[in-house]
Amino acid sequence: MWSAFWCILQRDLRLGLRRRTEVLTALAFFMIVVSLFPLGVGTERQVLQILGPGVVWVAALLASMLALERLFAADYEDGTLEQLVLTPQPLSLLVLAKVAAHWLLTGLPLVVIAPVVGMQYHLADGQVGIMMLALMLGTPVLSLIGAIGAALTLGVRGGGILLSLLILPLYIPVLVYGAGAIEVSRIAIADAQPYLLLLAAFLLMALTLAPLATAAALKIALE
Amino acid sequence: MTFNPFKFAAPATFYPLAGRLIPWFWALTVVPLALGLYWGFFQTPDQLGGSNAQKEYYRIIFVHVPAAWMSMWLYVVMVFWAALGLVFNTRLSFMMANAVAPTGAIFTFLALWTGAFWGRPSWGTYWDWDPRLTSELVLFFMYLGYLALNAAIDDQRRADRAAALLAIVGLVIVPVIYWSINCPDPNQCAALHQRSDLTRIEGNILFAMLTMTLAFWMYAFAVSLMRLRTLILEREAEAIWVQELVGGRAIP
Repeated sequence: MWSAFWCILQRDLRLGLRRRTEVLTALAFFMIVVSLFPLGVGTERQVLQILGPGVVWVAALLASMLALERLFAADYEDGTLEQLVLTPQPLSLLVLAKVAAHWLLTGLPLVVIAPVVGMQYHLADGQVGIMMLALMLGTPVLSLIGAIGAALTLGVRGGGILLSLLILPLYIPVLVYGAGAIEVSRIAIADAQPYLLLLAAFLLMALTLAPLATAAALKIALE
Repeated sequence: MTFNPFKFAAPATFYPLAGRLIPWFWALTVVPLALGLYWGFFQTPDQLGGSNAQKEYYRIIFVHVPAAWMSMWLYVVMVFWAALGLVFNTRLSFMMANAVAPTGAIFTFLALWTGAFWGRPSWGTYWDWDPRLTSELVLFFMYLGYLALNAAIDDQRRADRAAALLAIVGLVIVPVIYWSINCPDPNQCAALHQRSDLTRIEGNILFAMLTMTLAFWMYAFAVSLMRLRTLILEREAEAIWVQELVGGRAIP
């Protein structure tokens, strides 16, 4: 069972790394959105420090959504997805592998690049650490919830816009607590702990439930 | 012959039943609506006394609060039918969920809209990012998402099932709205809404509010059934009984 998991994970990673532009586009999008805000609202240090946490998360939400559309699309088009559904392996596990590969390619780079954003927004060193931790816990939740939406809108006309309508409302808790963690750490680093714990709770819940919902959605799409 | 409620799970038998029920639900809507509005506007105390003095504008709660209750309830009702449809694969359940959704969305919008009108004189703003306002707005987006997904997929069967799954996933938001005010530690959640507690409401106000809620419930039944009848005709257009009903030539 786990060998199937690893197999899918490696396959998706290899496929993703062979089409590097897709991976880099999401990352570039994230950086551009984050860089646009200071130009729009002014570059005063204080304003940026207040704005930073929210901007990082909104940009992460949008970047994650941008990449989601392709999560199942290629496999759907060439029929691989149908084969995956037909395998005796539990579909939710295979979905989890695909989502994990997707996160490694689009979510993890955001975590790695976060210190650059921290510099742009004059965040303190400790805050940057909290930001990375929050993104580390939060972005997998985005990928997991997003996978449900991606599966539901598979092959539907206007799928991209529809996906944002379905998924963004469900992203809001992650946005609130993710930005909250960075925000409160401006005063004291330790204050961020409850927010991080809540994000971790979201992650656990999404890990257990989202693959099941995604698998059900894929079965509906392929019926 | 014993009464078999499952008989009405078939669209062909439910259609006439719904037709007979609709006038009753309309009657049950109009009477409490008139009573509730009259009582709320003329028979309740002029203003809430004490430190929380409000003028006549507080009377909008007789629409606002029942609408907000209905917005949450109807989401639960919608999820119930959607889940029933997914589990038992019954056509009518999905139609029921589809019929309830627009009404739920309208009540959510009404709750937000009346809230904004109330907020302007009492809080000095149409909109504030109070947890309950925000979560109600999210609920509105969930309804819109359900309706949009349903409309976007051409294959009706897939549209029903996909939208049902989305509705079930979105159910997580309902307890969030409910507990956005009544959270265990009031110090942790500052909000403009008061904690809701039925026992602390003045008797006349509570009576008017519950009467309005009853009226809204019955209205929801009436319009949902009307929408359901249209959906049945639309989806069962190929069935012989529909052809006979609309006077067309029956397909042999």
